[in-house]
Amino acid sequence: MKFGVLQFPGSCDEIDALHAARRVGDAELIWHAERDLRGTDAIVVPGGFSYGDYLRAGAIARFAPAMEAVVEFAREGGLVLGICNGFQVLCEARLLPGALLPNANLRFTSRQVQLEVANADTAFTRACAGAGAARLSIPAKHAWGRYYADERTLAELERRGQVLLRYAHGHNFNGSLHDIAGVCNERGNVFGLMPHPEHAVEELTGGSTDGLRIFESMRMAVEGAPRAASALGSAA
Amino acid sequence: MLIRPKAGILDPQGEAVQRALPALGFEGVSDVHVGRLVELDVHDPGQLRAMCEKLLANPLVEDYEIVTE
Repeated sequence: MKFGVLQFPGSCDEIDALHAARRVGDAELIWHAERDLRGTDAIVVPGGFSYGDYLRAGAIARFAPAMEAVVEFAREGGLVLGICNGFQVLCEARLLPGALLPNANLRFTSRQVQLEVANADTAFTRACAGAGAARLSIPAKHAWGRYYADERTLAELERRGQVLLRYAHGHNFNGSLHDIAGVCNERGNVFGLMPHPEHAVEELTGGSTDGLRIFESMRMAVEGAPRAASALGSAA
Repeated sequence: MLIRPKAGILDPQGEAVQRALPALGFEGVSDVHVGRLVELDVHDPGQLRAMCEKLLANPLVEDYEIVTE
């Protein structure tokens, strides 16, 4: 399968996202001014500070030509993963419910977080099913990560199983409602999370390869079958 | 355009300012909220509302007020 990784002016995690995607398939960068997603099977909207995060994080990036193509791609059922700034962009584009607000502690925070997989029966988390796989240790680094949605939306998200990842007890440093670290849309083909799975794909630099499970899940969803277990990083 | 966090949504910036003011001797301060001001010249002020809805504010979490002069 082929991943397309968007690149905006101000993106900074697109190369790690490219590397992570290449651990499970092919991947190429797509510049924000392009409208052609070049036949990719899944899109990653990476982390960083697109367009300087001016106005609000993600507010301007959502109008990029490449994002118009991504909205169309998502409407046709294509898989879209938004990481950190990418999550903010997907919320601003209304592909995902809710909004990301400044951290409750008003600080840019960079730390390893423990996440609980709240729903492992999705295109983004299916490789997290099974004993020992339902908890992820991956880094988070952001200043605007407090997930907010109104009470009614939160109730709907919970009822439909759209909350895929939650901060484990003691790890919700940004004040997200319901400890939400990642949510998907109602159809289940668009997913955003604040922590960075693409930074946890190599033991050498991440100390954990748990992030691979998100990319591997997407590969399984596209190709329809699990690959040899060796392709999937072992739990930390 | 004056853009403010919606009532009821945690506003840590407003809270931080509210804590800082008494420390400087300003008493009796409550309900502090910090927002944004967007200033612009425009030929057709009829567009301002749409500008706020589409870009300048996020209506999910922010209220906006349009002031023309």
